[in-house]
Amino acid sequence: MKILNCPLNGPRNISEFVYGGELKTMPDPATCSDREWAEHVFYHDNQPGMITEWWFHTASGYWFLAERHLLTDEVQRTFDPGELFRQRIEFSREESAS
Amino acid sequence: MPFALLKYGLSSEYPAEVDLPPPTELKASYDVVIIGGGGHGLAIAYYLAKYHGVTNVAVLEKAYLGGGNTARNTAVIRSNYLTSEGVRFYSASVKLFQNLSNEFDFNIMYSERGQLTLAHTDATVRAFRQRAEVNKHFGGRTEMIDRQQIAELVPSLNLDPGHLPVLEGLWHRDGATARHDAVAWGYAKEAAKRGVEIHQLTEVQDLIVEDGRLTGVKTNRGTVRCGCAVQAVAGHSSVLAAKAGFRLPIVSYPLQAMVTQPIKPFLDPLVSSSAMHCYVQQTSRGEVVFGGGSDPYPLYNTRSTLELKESLIASGLEMFPFLAKAKLMRQWGGITDMTPDYSPIMGESPVENYYLDAGWGTWGFKATPICGKTMAQLVASGGQVPDLIRPFSLARFANFEQVNEMGATAASH
Repeated sequence: MKILNCPLNGPRNISEFVYGGELKTMPDPATCSDREWAEHVFYHDNQPGMITEWWFHTASGYWFLAERHLLTDEVQRTFDPGELFRQRIEFSREESAS
Repeated sequence: MPFALLKYGLSSEYPAEVDLPPPTELKASYDVVIIGGGGHGLAIAYYLAKYHGVTNVAVLEKAYLGGGNTARNTAVIRSNYLTSEGVRFYSASVKLFQNLSNEFDFNIMYSERGQLTLAHTDATVRAFRQRAEVNKHFGGRTEMIDRQQIAELVPSLNLDPGHLPVLEGLWHRDGATARHDAVAWGYAKEAAKRGVEIHQLTEVQDLIVEDGRLTGVKTNRGTVRCGCAVQAVAGHSSVLAAKAGFRLPIVSYPLQAMVTQPIKPFLDPLVSSSAMHCYVQQTSRGEVVFGGGSDPYPLYNTRSTLELKESLIASGLEMFPFLAKAKLMRQWGGITDMTPDYSPIMGESPVENYYLDAGWGTWGFKATPICGKTMAQLVASGGQVPDLIRPFSLARFANFEQVNEMGATAASH
């Protein structure tokens, strides 16, 4: 049974977690092109090396980040998103002219 | 009798048959380089040589013929998909499979048993009715059957597994299996006979892209120039695309399957239930094959996990309780390149003269012949996309025109 270390709740069974995809920077949906939005939603690096990805602890409703190797399945580090996201993100409210 | 056998063996009237010519040196250049010597790559080479007279072709395989995902699937052939694009494409594949043994003069052990998919909820029944109608419209043989008919078709099936009683079933007569190795070897043999070079243990390490055009590939046996190249490397599509300088809408997950020791024949059709995350079939040798959902998170590793085996066996036993006494013989895993809409990616790539045969997730084996045939048309025409595969272009993601086949997977992934 694989154990994942949740930064909030400590080591837990992998079945308590849901995978949430690679960490990517989101373009501003109001100003980006369709192409950029498609890139953001559908495209992935998906390379067999160390990646940073989102995980969700279902029991406590907590999202966090993990650094995992896609070839060896070795989790190097799990950490709170607060380490990366220190500021509130504001998106422009103006509708793009169409 | 042994004496007659010896006489037969020594007689020049029956020369030993050569499947593949002995390996040669790589040439400096080819018209077409196909990266990946699995079913798909070999099929493209075969149809290029057979229908288009293109024989200056090299198939480069990093390990052994058909040793990757071609050897790691569960060999199911079917066309009961959900969208008209999908049904048309996979129906054409089933038709080609039916005649493949004759075409090769080589037995691929095509065995038409029909596939039964179980509906446990009203919502599934409605979705199945739609699939049956779409399928019939494109010439497939698919119909809905009730509990009584299911019991007659598969007497050993438990119709009331746990909390999920079976309501109705989607009965797809065209469902079949074939010997996966034989399919790959059939294509290899016939392609080689027509002049295609097949190079095993030849790994493509880098792609040479000049001014947005692909002009050659670097391998562990030297650099090869080419007019164009096709990537058919299930499980490593993103890796190769990165070498060409672009990304794909793909996430790679392991998919595990397992097989029991051979037992007496009890199951003719292929039986699957996406609500129970399980599909079961009995091979012609008597082994019972179990397949299910993918691993819950992406990985490039085919290791076995206890969790997946436990959940798969639990579902399998709900469906066929008497299998509790069967012993597992073998387990394996493959890497599936999953796309967001559960449909493949075929056609042009952002790099000129570089074609994609990727994103085959868990549905690659059943598409081998038609994918080979249409990709060969595409390559031979220098980039004119055949109608049958036009909906599966990479551009569909940027245009938001996905072909959603999620509801048609054999087990939910």
